[in-house]
Amino acid sequence: MPAPANARFAASHEWILSGVPESPVGISDHAQAELGDVVYVEFPEIGRTVKAGESVAVIESVKAASDIYAPVSGEITAVNEAVSADSALVNADPYGAGWLFKIRPSHPAEADALLDEAAYLAQAR
Amino acid sequence: MPVQYKGITEEHLAVRRACGIFDISHMGEFRVTGPAARDWLNSLLTNNTTRLGIGQGHYTLLLNETGGVIDDLILYRTGPEAWFLVVNASKIAEDFAWMQARLTGGVTLENVSTAMAGMAVQGPRAAATYQPVAGAHQELPDRNGIAEFISLRGGTCLVCRTGYTGEDGFEFFCETGEADYWWNEFVEHGAIPCGLGARDTLRLEMGYPLNGSDLSPGRTPLEAGLGFFVDMNKPAFTGREALAAQKVHGLPSQLAGLRLTEKGPPLRAHYPVLSGGKTVGELCSGGVSPSLGYGIAMAYLPPALAAPGSALEIDIRGKRYPAETLKKPFYNKALAPLSPA
Repeated sequence: MPAPANARFAASHEWILSGVPESPVGISDHAQAELGDVVYVEFPEIGRTVKAGESVAVIESVKAASDIYAPVSGEITAVNEAVSADSALVNADPYGAGWLFKIRPSHPAEADALLDEAAYLAQAR
Repeated sequence: MPVQYKGITEEHLAVRRACGIFDISHMGEFRVTGPAARDWLNSLLTNNTTRLGIGQGHYTLLLNETGGVIDDLILYRTGPEAWFLVVNASKIAEDFAWMQARLTGGVTLENVSTAMAGMAVQGPRAAATYQPVAGAHQELPDRNGIAEFISLRGGTCLVCRTGYTGEDGFEFFCETGEADYWWNEFVEHGAIPCGLGARDTLRLEMGYPLNGSDLSPGRTPLEAGLGFFVDMNKPAFTGREALAAQKVHGLPSQLAGLRLTEKGPPLRAHYPVLSGGKTVGELCSGGVSPSLGYGIAMAYLPPALAAPGSALEIDIRGKRYPAETLKKPFYNKALAPLSPA
């Protein structure tokens, strides 16, 4: 499944949209496939200020619990209630309905400095 | 064996609804033969070997001197003086060394683990999968039974009506050179390849212990709820005194089944279990039950808290979630029928 053209990736497998003032954040298609069936997501608190690389959420799959890190610094502005009700959305549509939370970047240039999909996939393999 | 082929949930449900196949070649196989083999095995293992007729098998435990579990295994009798043991992969060397150090006259012990491959074919359609593949060579034995035969290619095969999933099925052992042939045959006749992930969720739903997680040298089979597989009335066996003392003085802990009573994260090994704000144990196994749709776990708890219905809390990453103990198995086919696929 291809990511949106403006998706930028952290090496820790999260994506964010570049050039969007309040961007959804999710995990890559590669990451959801590696994790297996997602059964639970522990979301960050709305309004929390986070630093890039900080652990902000936990994804639980049938295999294991995995930390999700903020790809950029900023403020958490929303969490995806649809995923809370049906966590399989993370597997089914990681770049769409399966987003996890929204973040308002404090330094928008941080997202631009992340990897594009090709570079991310090259290092993820 | 990989963790999964296509997905743990899908593979798990294939075993509950149809038929799955697991590569269990990592497991260990020993052969024990000789006129004194039966009584020697009876002195090392908890279950009563004198009850096994030729072609029968049972679950049994190898204990240390203090009654702790070295390994849990299945012992089969393949002939008047011939026995076949299937042991845990991580314990092959330890089991073999323990047994070899206690060998007596009239007994030959052989580790055939590297020469043999194994596969477990499990599910309501397992017998139907077996029939066209090997039914002409050897009929499928009855529950817990074993049969040995020579394949058309000349290799020794053992088929056992046992498993680790709670479903009907069989475990099939052959010489490594024939493993691909048999695996492909079973798959061609409908068995779906399943990985370690589904093997763990299937056994956990049944409350079957996993050695290394739920069994350890520090806990006895009585604490693990496996007293049914311990014959206290047979002649002395290693660990018996410690078990007899526990029967008199009471158990220090008991393995209990647990679940959260509200929505929460899936349960994992090592999460602390609390009662009245005080830590009383930790989860030794945990996971999400694909058949039931919620997290299930097992923990050694003080006996007063281990009975079904105790209100407890489980600490997950610093947050406490309400939990309760419940009866094992967690999954009961008769009570919780699966919706059709």
